[in-house]
Amino acid sequence: MRVNIDVDQSRCVAAGHCVSAAPEVFDQRDEDGVVVLLDEAPAEHEHEGVREAALLCPSAAIAVREAERRL
Amino acid sequence: MSEPKPLPIAARSEGCPFTPADELYEMQRSEELPRIMVPSPLLDEFEAATITRYEDAKNALSDTRLRMGFVFDPDAPRTMLNQPGNLLNYNGADHSRLRRMLTGAFTVKRVRSLRPMIERIVSDRLDAVERAGAGADLVRLFSTPIPTLVICELLGVPYADRADFQHRAQVGLDVNTSRETQIQNLAEMDEYMATLIASHRESPGDNLLGSVVRDHGDELTDEELVGIGNMLLIAGHETTASMLSASTTLLLRNPDQLAVVRDEPDAVDGAVEELLRYCSPATAMPRQAGEDMAVRDQEIEEGERVVVSVLAANRDLPEAAERDLDRLDVRNPPKHHVAFGYGAHQCLGQQLARMELRIALPALFNRFPELRFACSEEDIEYRTKALVFGVRNLPVTW
Repeated sequence: MRVNIDVDQSRCVAAGHCVSAAPEVFDQRDEDGVVVLLDEAPAEHEHEGVREAALLCPSAAIAVREAERRL
Repeated sequence: MSEPKPLPIAARSEGCPFTPADELYEMQRSEELPRIMVPSPLLDEFEAATITRYEDAKNALSDTRLRMGFVFDPDAPRTMLNQPGNLLNYNGADHSRLRRMLTGAFTVKRVRSLRPMIERIVSDRLDAVERAGAGADLVRLFSTPIPTLVICELLGVPYADRADFQHRAQVGLDVNTSRETQIQNLAEMDEYMATLIASHRESPGDNLLGSVVRDHGDELTDEELVGIGNMLLIAGHETTASMLSASTTLLLRNPDQLAVVRDEPDAVDGAVEELLRYCSPATAMPRQAGEDMAVRDQEIEEGERVVVSVLAANRDLPEAAERDLDRLDVRNPPKHHVAFGYGAHQCLGQQLARMELRIALPALFNRFPELRFACSEEDIEYRTKALVFGVRNLPVTW
C-alpha cells in the first residue's frame, strides 16, 4: 500500500494535531501555524500517524488517499 | 413534543460530579432531539435543542450553518457575547482571518519552547504547597496560579495585577451571577486591558500581545485588541485551572490511576487525553442555527439555539464497543474526544493546555508521592453549574 496526502491550507485552523501525530510528514508555518506538508507520499512506518492526523484534524484539512502500489 | 425541561447547562450526576446526569443519558438514548431550558446571565434563560451523541456533536461543531456568537450591537451594553475581538463571536472568513493573527503563538513548536517557563512556574508552586504544609489547598496554591501565571507571562501582565485578573476571569464564567455583574466585570476588564494595549501600541513587548500589535496592529482597532486580550485571558486560564484541580481530585479518588501518572512517564500524554475526556471541563457549547436545517432527521429552525453537551458526547465515542467509557482508564487513552470542541472553533490554546497538564500533574505526584485528601471526600465542593466545571477547594496532605 502507499498513501498520498493532500492538505488544504485554506481550511487549516492550526490545531496542531497533525504535527503531534506525524512530525516527519507535517509541520506548521511559524507565522500562523498553518499546516505544511513535508512528504506527500511517506514511507510505510508513517502511515498510521498520517491516518491519525487526518482523523483528528478538526477542519478536515488533510485528505489521505490509499492506493495499491502499481507494478 | 413535551415542554422543555429546565436543566443546568452543566448537568452532572447527583452521586458523582464527574458523571453526566441521568437526564443526559436519557436524551442520548432518545430518538428525538430534546429541548431544554438553559440558564444564562447574558441571554436570560433560553431554549435549546440538545445534542448528546458523539457523531451528532462532531457534525454540529463542524457545521458552518450552526453559528457562534451573537451579532454585535454597539448600542447594547458590552458583554463577553457583545464585544469585538473575541473569537467566539465570529464566523466564517471573519473568524479565520482573526484566528490566524493568533495561531502563530500556539503552534506545537512554539508551545514546546515554553516548557522551561512552565516547569519553573510549576516548581515554584510546589515549593509553595510544601511551605503551606498539611492541609494546603491545591486550588489556591497550585491549580489556579499555574495557568494564571502562564497566561500572564504570555500576555505580559505585571505580577502585581494577577490576582485581580484571576478574579475577573472567574466572574466572567460564572453563570450564577446577574447580567449587571457581568457588565460591570467586563467594564473592569476592558479598562485594564485598554491600558495594557496602549502600552503595547507605544512599545510592543516581547510577548503575545506585543507580537499581535507588531504584526497586525494596523489591521486591528484598539477595541478589537482589548477583546482579544480579554478572550485569551479567560480562555487561557480558567479552563486549565479547572482541569488541573478536577483531574487531581479525580486521580486522588482513583489511586491506581494516579500511580500510572506518577510512575510511568511514557503514559502521561495518553493519560492527559483520558482525563480531558472524562472531566470535559468545557461542559457544553452553544450554537445558533443560521438557516433551517436538520440534525439526523430532526428539524431545527433558523434562529433556534442548539447546545452540544461535550460531557455526554465524550461518553459516547465510537470505541465504546471496546471499553466502558464511564470508567476512567488512563492507560487506554481515547482515540479522539471533543473536550476541546471540534471544527473551525476547536480550542486555539489546546496545545498549551496539554503542555501545562503534562508537566504539572506528574510533577505534583512525584513531589508528594503519598498525596491524599486532608478532608473527607464528601467535603470537596464542586462547581457543577458554572460554564466551566471545577473544584472549589482541594485540601491535601502527604
